[in-house]
Amino acid sequence: MNEDTTDEKRRGFLVKLSLGLAGLAAAVAGVPVLAALFAPLIEKTPQVWRNVGLLDDFQIGTTKLVTFENANAEAWAGVTTHTAAWLRRDADHKFTAFSANCTHLGCPVRWEAGAQLFMCPCHGGVYYKDGSVAAGPPPKSLVQYPVRIQKNQVQVQTSPVPITNISA
Amino acid sequence: MKTLKKIWHWIDDRSGFTEIFGPLLGHLVPPGAKWSYVFGSATLFCLVLQVITGVALSLLYQPSSAEAYQSLQFITHQAAFGNILRGMHYFGASFMIIMVTVHMIRVYLTAAYKFPREMAWISGVLLFFLTIAMGFTGQLLRWDSNGVWSSVVAAEQLGRLPFIGKWAARLLLGGDTIGGHSLSRFFSYHVFIIPAIIFLFVGYHLMLVIRNGISEPPEAGRLVDPKTYRQWYQDMLKSKGVPFWPYAAWRDVLFGAGTIIAIIGFAYFVGPPELTTPPDPAHLNTTPAPDWYMLSIFSLFALMPARIESYMIIIGPTLTIIILLALPFVSNKGERHPIRRPWAVFGSACVVIFVFALFLLGEKSPWSPRFKSKPLTAVNIHSTNPEVMAGGALFYKKGCLYCHRINDQGGYRGPNLTQVGLRLSYGDLTIRIVNGGGNMPAYGGILSKKELTDILAFLQSRK
Ligand code: FES
Repeated sequence: MNEDTTDEKRRGFLVKLSLGLAGLAAAVAGVPVLAALFAPLIEKTPQVWRNVGLLDDFQIGTTKLVTFENANAEAWAGVTTHTAAWLRRDADHKFTAFSANCTHLGCPVRWEAGAQLFMCPCHGGVYYKDGSVAAGPPPKSLVQYPVRIQKNQVQVQTSPVPITNISA
Repeated sequence: MKTLKKIWHWIDDRSGFTEIFGPLLGHLVPPGAKWSYVFGSATLFCLVLQVITGVALSLLYQPSSAEAYQSLQFITHQAAFGNILRGMHYFGASFMIIMVTVHMIRVYLTAAYKFPREMAWISGVLLFFLTIAMGFTGQLLRWDSNGVWSSVVAAEQLGRLPFIGKWAARLLLGGDTIGGHSLSRFFSYHVFIIPAIIFLFVGYHLMLVIRNGISEPPEAGRLVDPKTYRQWYQDMLKSKGVPFWPYAAWRDVLFGAGTIIAIIGFAYFVGPPELTTPPDPAHLNTTPAPDWYMLSIFSLFALMPARIESYMIIIGPTLTIIILLALPFVSNKGERHPIRRPWAVFGSACVVIFVFALFLLGEKSPWSPRFKSKPLTAVNIHSTNPEVMAGGALFYKKGCLYCHRINDQGGYRGPNLTQVGLRLSYGDLTIRIVNGGGNMPAYGGILSKKELTDILAFLQSRK
């Protein structure tokens, strides 16, 4: 009788011990796994200024596609480090840069110089040259990138892919 | 011969094949389970083909944002049988989606989800969505400009989730822009994470088929009563059941093999979809379009009123999942025969027609500007009046032709203007062009006075 209860206790303890240890091992092993999975949530990507051309490369009144490297360009990522924006020279020292992502579902909008409109190939979204919506499903104007001029160099500040949220 | 038999007996005895799988293969199934029952197993055949061709592709594919495109070019144009391999994987996916859909409709129409097979339905619904997820992530792995932009579109849709949208989009892309981590993530979803979940649920789904038995073909007036059904089913099997292997299975094998042969045929004669341009996010001259099984949703996005869209992107799928999962709880007994469940038949038909109509529309996508439209020819302008000719040229230059048709040229978004001179007066035309409205941009700020009169002259001459 007495021996049985000791045995019972001993067994109970060993079960708890094994489950506890297994749980600990799983938790510790899980740390790097979850880190790999969720890293994009905690990484902060700084926004940086990128040269997109010399002041003289741009004619007043025209809109041009400029390409530059995104903010967190890994050396091994090939062309996928590229990003593009539509840049217009409004006046001598005034530029406007538009994101190439349609605010509807992110498709690449094209500048149609003749029509002076941005057009989206996916669901027929159209924007005026100031970026406001002219037609189609886009819920809001094209997103703009900050632009500045430094020593004759035009610079665009990198930005995340603009994500439209539910309130738009 | 004798030695071979001996060897086999030894292997079988020590490994336990016959002992373990014999009863499973020979289990009794209801008689009369005929051709309508083959779609589930055909889905499984397709899955096996996807696994095998997927593994083969993984031997040739470079899952890196920088190199995936080149490796796919290599697979398609250089690797031995690479083109057929890609084609088989592509058409295998298409067939799998067709088979799983038909299987699901069959189960719904014959109410096979009722007692005691509720869990089979639930795991099946999950498998259906996982299959779609595989199709979608697979399309992204092509990592041409279509794939890159589809991943942006996917991220945008996740972005509409309340509260966590931005985070979800970031997780999908592996950062806040398309970049080095994006493809690695999709590769991991498509090759490890989703398949692992699929295997789990396929195993469970099949286990349930063995445990609860294949549903007997419905008979009008024979009701399912949870209290007596199991006993009745067992008795019925005992008196009338036939061993699954080979008396019921031959149809599955025949149909499954036919499916595989059809897939190989498509792969050989049609081939996989051509890659579009390289995955350069700075390359904007692309027209991203999803694979056919996503086309209906693509159309829906174009047609939905913009105001409700954000909500529909979230509520639509959530509601669909809830309804599908709730089905066996809402009705798990009673009539099974479709003849006695006209609303089920009607509802399914409506869904099928709706999805198919959206698909056909998506093929044509009349809402998209036709960027490929060519300038109007002299034949189409058919006038020597310099104003009309200038207007005709402007009609193309200003993008009007992308959305409107003149004779057989142009887009479908706006009304056909071939004979607009008969319908609208000079004043009406002016107001519409200057003010826009509906899906027409206001051209007032875009056209000069002269340009406007030229275009008007051109349109007035369209009779
Ligand atoms: S993504 Fe531009 S209109 Fe839909």
